[in-house]
Amino acid sequence: MNWVGRRLPRSEDPPLLRGEGRYVPDIAIGARAVRFLRSPVAAGRILALRPPAEMPPGCLFVTGADMAGVQPIKPGLRRFNYRAVEQPVLPTERVHFVGQAIAAMVAPSAALAEDLLETCELDIAAEDPVVGFDAALTPGAPLVHPIAPGNVAVEGELRPEGFAETLAAAAHVVEFAFRSGRQSAMPLEGRGGVAEYDRATGRIRLSASAQMPHQLRTGIAQLLGMPEADLQVIAPDVGGGFGQKIALLPEYPVLVWLARKHRGRFAWVEDRNENLIASAHSRDQRHALRAGFDAEGRLLALEADILADVGAFSVFPTTCAVEPLMALAEYPGPYKVPAYAVRARGVLTHTCPMAPYRGVSRPVITFGIERLMDRAAAVLGLAPDEIRRRNLHDAFPARSATGMVLDEASYIEALDEAMRILDVPAFRARQEAARAEGRYLGLGLSVFNERTGYGTPAFAARSMDVVPGYEVVDIAMLPSGEVEARIGSSPHGQGLRTTLSQIIADRLGLDPGAIRIIHGDTDRTPYGWGSFASRSLVIGGGACQVAADRLADKLRRGAARLLQCEPSEVALRDGQAVAGAASMPIAELARLAHQRSELLSDAIGFNLAETGQYDPGGTFSNACHAAIVEVEAETGHVRVERYLVVEDAGRIINPMIADGQVQGGVAQGIANALFEEVIYAPDGTPLTGTLADYTPPTCAEIPEIEIHHLETISEATITGAKGLGEGGSIGAPAAIVNAISDALSPFGVDVAEFPATPPRIRALIRGRAPRA
Amino acid sequence: MKPARFAHHAPRTLEEALALLATHGEEARVLAGGQSLVPTMAFRMARPAVLVDINRIAPLDHVTVAGGSLRIGALARHARFETQVVEGALGTLLARIAHHIAHPPLRLRGTFCGSLAHADPASEWCAAALALEARMVLARADGLREVAAEDWFQGVFSTALAPGEMLREVVLPLPAPSWRGGFAEFARRAGDFALAMAVVGLRLEGGLVGGARIALGGIGGQPVLAREAMALLEGQAPSSALLDEAAATAARHCDPQEDMHAPAEYRRELVAVMVKRALRQAVSA
Repeated sequence: MNWVGRRLPRSEDPPLLRGEGRYVPDIAIGARAVRFLRSPVAAGRILALRPPAEMPPGCLFVTGADMAGVQPIKPGLRRFNYRAVEQPVLPTERVHFVGQAIAAMVAPSAALAEDLLETCELDIAAEDPVVGFDAALTPGAPLVHPIAPGNVAVEGELRPEGFAETLAAAAHVVEFAFRSGRQSAMPLEGRGGVAEYDRATGRIRLSASAQMPHQLRTGIAQLLGMPEADLQVIAPDVGGGFGQKIALLPEYPVLVWLARKHRGRFAWVEDRNENLIASAHSRDQRHALRAGFDAEGRLLALEADILADVGAFSVFPTTCAVEPLMALAEYPGPYKVPAYAVRARGVLTHTCPMAPYRGVSRPVITFGIERLMDRAAAVLGLAPDEIRRRNLHDAFPARSATGMVLDEASYIEALDEAMRILDVPAFRARQEAARAEGRYLGLGLSVFNERTGYGTPAFAARSMDVVPGYEVVDIAMLPSGEVEARIGSSPHGQGLRTTLSQIIADRLGLDPGAIRIIHGDTDRTPYGWGSFASRSLVIGGGACQVAADRLADKLRRGAARLLQCEPSEVALRDGQAVAGAASMPIAELARLAHQRSELLSDAIGFNLAETGQYDPGGTFSNACHAAIVEVEAETGHVRVERYLVVEDAGRIINPMIADGQVQGGVAQGIANALFEEVIYAPDGTPLTGTLADYTPPTCAEIPEIEIHHLETISEATITGAKGLGEGGSIGAPAAIVNAISDALSPFGVDVAEFPATPPRIRALIRGRAPRA
Repeated sequence: MKPARFAHHAPRTLEEALALLATHGEEARVLAGGQSLVPTMAFRMARPAVLVDINRIAPLDHVTVAGGSLRIGALARHARFETQVVEGALGTLLARIAHHIAHPPLRLRGTFCGSLAHADPASEWCAAALALEARMVLARADGLREVAAEDWFQGVFSTALAPGEMLREVVLPLPAPSWRGGFAEFARRAGDFALAMAVVGLRLEGGLVGGARIALGGIGGQPVLAREAMALLEGQAPSSALLDEAAATAARHCDPQEDMHAPAEYRRELVAVMVKRALRQAVSA
C-alpha cells in the first residue's frame, strides 16, 4: 500500500473545523493583557514618555528605559554594502514609523490597557519623514539611519564585462519600467504571544503565533541575555503566516522580559489594525528593465535596476536584504539569459519594515520579465507563447546567469500543456467577437520557476549571519508500535502532519494514522528552521525519509532476529514484518524491543529511535499560469473569467494538499494583482489600517482555479518532491496583468503598475478610443 | 481595538427606551444591529457612555403596509428585504438593493433604520431613502416628529436626529403602479462600500417619464439628488440617448470626493455609468 500520492484527508482539519483548535488567544485566557503604545508619527524625537498619573492596581507601564541592557535587534549580512541597522526593542530616543511600538501597557484586561494608553503622556518632536523612493533617494534627503548614507541599506550589483556591447548589438531593445504596490501578508490570525513564568523551574514558556519557533528562542535569548535553556517557545495552532511570522519583531522580547521580570503570565494578541500597520509589509518595489533580443526573438542581454523599499528597519533573521537580493539573484527565472547585468538597492524609509511574504520578490520579478516578454513579442510580431518557447531552458541541469543550478524541469512542456488546454485559437475568435460588442477580453501567460527546498549551501551564499537550511528529524517507535517523529519544521496550515505521515508510513509499512508528527515546541523537537520558503515538505520530508529508512533498517534487523532470517529478507508492509511465509506484527516487534530487550538488544540496541538529517542544495519547481479576464472599459473593473495552472512540483505527496497550496497562492497573487495595496500618506501615515481600506478579495472575486500537474522527478531531492508553497502567488500577478494588457490592446496602452485597480485602468484608457 | 467603557441598557418597552434616551441625551446611542456602531466603538471613533439596546422591543420588528405607505420598524433587518416585502416595483427594488448590502451575516443583524441613523455616505438604504421620498419617524419621551429624507442627511455620519430621539420607523410612500425603480452601484469587492451608486425611481405614463428621482450615494459626505438630471427627464420619452444625457448631466453636476480608493474624476465617471445603468433598468422593467 503506497500512501504517497494519495489524496489523504488532512488529519489537521477535524479539530480546526470543530472550533477546537488551540491558538494563541485561546492560551491567553486569564493572562494579564499587554497593549502597545505606538508611534503616531513617522519620524521624530521622543521628548517625554510617561504613564498616566494614576495607575490602577495590577497595571504596569514598560518603556525602553525600563528594559535597559536588552540588546537591539540587529540581523547581520556580510556582503552587498549592508548597513547593519539596529532596532531597539522599545525606542528611547527616536521613532521611525507610524505604528512602531514605544511602550507596553499591562492591565488585567485589554480594554483597561487601551483606556490607560489614551492618557499616557507621549511628546514627540516630529521630523520630516522619508516616504517613498523619490524622497529617500533625493540627494540631501534626511537619513532614516545615519549608518546608511543615501538611505541605501544594501546594494548589490553584477555587471559582466562586455555587457553594454552585447546589449547594443541586439536587433531589438525592449524596455519596461514598472512599480509594484506594497502589500501585507494578511494572515487570517494576526501575531500574538503568551509568555509565562514557571515558578518551579524559573523558565519562561512563550507561546507565539510564529513560523520559526527555534529561531525565536535563540534570538530572544540573545536580545535579553538570558540562558536559552530557560526559554521554551511553542508555536501552537497558527492561523497562517506567509512569511510575516518569520520575523522576530519587538513585541515578543517584551513579553518574555515581562514574564521574567514580573514572574507572571502576559499576553499580547495583535489586532487587525496593528497587523496592517506594524507587522511586516512587502513587495514595495520599482524596477526598470532593458532587454536585447536578436531578430528571432532570442534574449541576448537583460539589464535590471531594482529598488526595494525596505521600510525603517531590518528584520531578524532574514534582514532587509531579502527582497532586493532575491530579485537580483533570480530575475532571469526560467529563461536563458546569456548576459545579465543588475543593480538592486534596498531603500530605507520611515515606514513599516519589510519581511518575506510568500514569493519574496518573485511575484515582482516574474511580473517584470513576463510583461517584458509580452512587450517583446509585440515588437517582434511573435505570439506570446512562441517568444517564451524560444527562450526557456530546455536542457538540464542548466546554470542560471547568476550561477544557480536549474535541475530537471518542464518549462516548455508546461507552457505547451497550458496552450493545449486553453485552445487559444478559439479564445482569439471569441475575443474578436467580444470587441465588436465593446467588450474586452484578454489572455495572459506567466511562465516561471520557483526555487524551493534549498538548504544551507544556498543560504550560506547569501552571507547572512544566521544561515538557515538543514532539517533534523528524530523518529522513535513506541512500545505500542506507534511512531513519533519530532521535526524542526513548523507547519502552520500546510498540512505537513498529513504529508509527512504519508512519507513515513510508506517507509515503515504502517498506516499514516500510526504516525504522530510533533512540531512547534522547542522542548520537544530538534533544532530546526521552521516553515518558510517552500521548504518543509522537501527538507523536513527528506529528513523524515532518512530517519524512517534508518528506523526501518533497525526494524528489519530486529525482525530478522526473531524470524530467523537475514535483514535483507524482511519486508515491512501493512503493519507486518514479513520474511517469506513468516511474519510478525511490527507492533509486537516494538513491544519486544522495549520490554524484552534481552531478545533483541545485540541486534538493535535498546531503542527504536533514529535521527535523520537532510540539507539539499535546492530544486526548482515550475509552472505556467494562464488567465482570461474581461475588463469593463467604462468602469475599469476586471473580472477573472478563467484561471489555469499547469504546475510541476515533482512527485506530489498529497495531490489534494498540493492543489490547496496552489489555490491559496493564486488567490493571494490575484489579490496582489488587482486588490491589495498598503497606502501611506506623504507624511508617513498609513491609510490602510482596516479591512475596509486594505481590501483582500473574497471568494466572490476569486474564480475557480483549474490545476494540472506534471511530474518531473529530478535527482535534486531524495523524495522526488519539489516545493510549491509560493508558486501560486508568484505566477498570478503577471498572468492577470498580461491578460489585462491583452484585453486593452485596442486602446494601445500597457499596464505598468500593480495592483491594477479600476481607477488605474480608467486612467490608462481615459480619453482613448479603441482601435477598430 | 476594545471599546471605551459604556453602560448597556436593554429595555423591554419603547417607553423605557425613550426614557433612557431622555435621561442620557447626547451620551446615549441606540443599539439595533450594531454592525456599524460596534466597529466604530471598537476603534474608539464612537464613544457613547450609554447604549440603549432595543433588540428586546419586539413591536419595533415590523415591515407593514398601512395607509398607502410601507412602514419599516427600527428592528427590521436588511435580510428581510431580500425577499419582496411589498408587491410590485418597490419591493423588487428593495430586494435588489438588499443583496448589495455587505454580506449575509451582516444582513441578518444590521437594520434598515440603523443604516439611516448611522448615515454612512456609502449606505445603500440612505440613497434609497432619498430616491424613494422616505419620511423618518422620530420618537422621544414626550412626542413624535417626522423628517423628510431631504432634510435628514446633514453630512458625513450626521443626521437631523436630536439628543433624546430615536428613529422609530421609516415610512416609504407606496408608488403608483406606473412607477419603476432602478439601482446600480460599483464596489471593488462583493459587499464593499460602493465607490458610487445610483438609486432611481420614475413613473412611465403614456411613454413619458414623470416624477423622476435620482439619488447618488458613495460619492461625498451624504447622498444627494441629481436634480439637473431629474429635470432633464421630466415629460420626455426615455430614449437611450436621453438616458445617456441624463447620466452625463448627473455626473457633470455632482461633486464627488477624492480618497485613496478613487480620485474624484474616476468617481464622476462611475456616477455616469451607474446612473445610466439604473435608469435603463428602471425604464426596461
